[in-house]
Amino acid sequence: MDLSLRNHPNYAYFREAWGQALPIVFGYLPIGFAFGVLAIKAGISAANTLAMSLLVYAGSAQLIAVGLISAGVSPWATILTTFVVNLRHLLMSAALSPYLRGWPRSLLALFAFELTDESFAVHSTRFARLQSQQESPKPATALTINLISQLAWVLGTLLGIVAGDLIQDVRPFGLDYALIAMFAALLVFQVKDHVYIIVAGFAGLASTALLLTGVSQWNVMIAAVVAATLGVALESWIKRQSS
Amino acid sequence: MDQKTIFLIIAGMAVVTYLPRLLPVWLLSKRELPQVVITWLRYVPSAVLAALLFPSVLSDGSRLDFSFNNLYLLAVLPTLLVAWKTRSLFGAVITGMALVALARLAGL
Repeated sequence: MDLSLRNHPNYAYFREAWGQALPIVFGYLPIGFAFGVLAIKAGISAANTLAMSLLVYAGSAQLIAVGLISAGVSPWATILTTFVVNLRHLLMSAALSPYLRGWPRSLLALFAFELTDESFAVHSTRFARLQSQQESPKPATALTINLISQLAWVLGTLLGIVAGDLIQDVRPFGLDYALIAMFAALLVFQVKDHVYIIVAGFAGLASTALLLTGVSQWNVMIAAVVAATLGVALESWIKRQSS
Repeated sequence: MDQKTIFLIIAGMAVVTYLPRLLPVWLLSKRELPQVVITWLRYVPSAVLAALLFPSVLSDGSRLDFSFNNLYLLAVLPTLLVAWKTRSLFGAVITGMALVALARLAGL
């Protein structure tokens, strides 16, 4: 009898998912940790802190909510702010939808629950690569990537709760740079020709300009919508030039 | 604020976070989209990634920072280069983190 894990039929799925999720894990553990510490310090109970990481699972919105709750802002204002901050996922969900054609609704519902900036970055790159190899993405691998990522987020939160007010500095290890490095690398993988470079450059500068002029909740969404539209216009203009 | 109210806030946050994540995949993945929409969606990932990346390397959240103290900006160029040359996500992330850690060790 062969008990080796490597020969288990699910081993290949898990191995690929683990490799894809690892950079997310690196980023989520320290940020989840910071969230756990801050939430406990703000007077949110351990159970509620954990519930937020399990049910909401959105890093920046959770950190903003901790600030609003501890400042005593009204519940509706906190919920509305969360809505605005997380509205950008609408775009990401739409962008992934063409790849998810054959999936049953129940699996789409599961997949969407764990769609974050970081998992979107990984999935959009991976789905595009699979499509170029004439393969369709299997739900098992994609859902495992998501599950590993949220587990890292929840584990980080738990460690933060346990550590309580003992704040550990993650900066000496460069962990605070993990997610930025991931965005940078995934952006490189997305770029296929010079139109993508123009789109990315425009989106990045517009997003920065909007942020610095005070449009801080909408900058990513507005910049991305305008830049993608610019990409479509450029592409059709180039086609007309060459035909 | 009592914990029960906080839990209700969390429940509300969960709903308003989930709907924008769910509705597009649920509504769009079952139908054939017009070509122009598919082209548009093809540019969304690079646009979103750049829109997330640039502000965190070019600014500290309130003003532009092109100084040598901005480690994120210094580290992003080698990170981009490693990603481009190796096509390895993990390699690029580890390189970037190591550079930031080393720069701090050196007292930058």
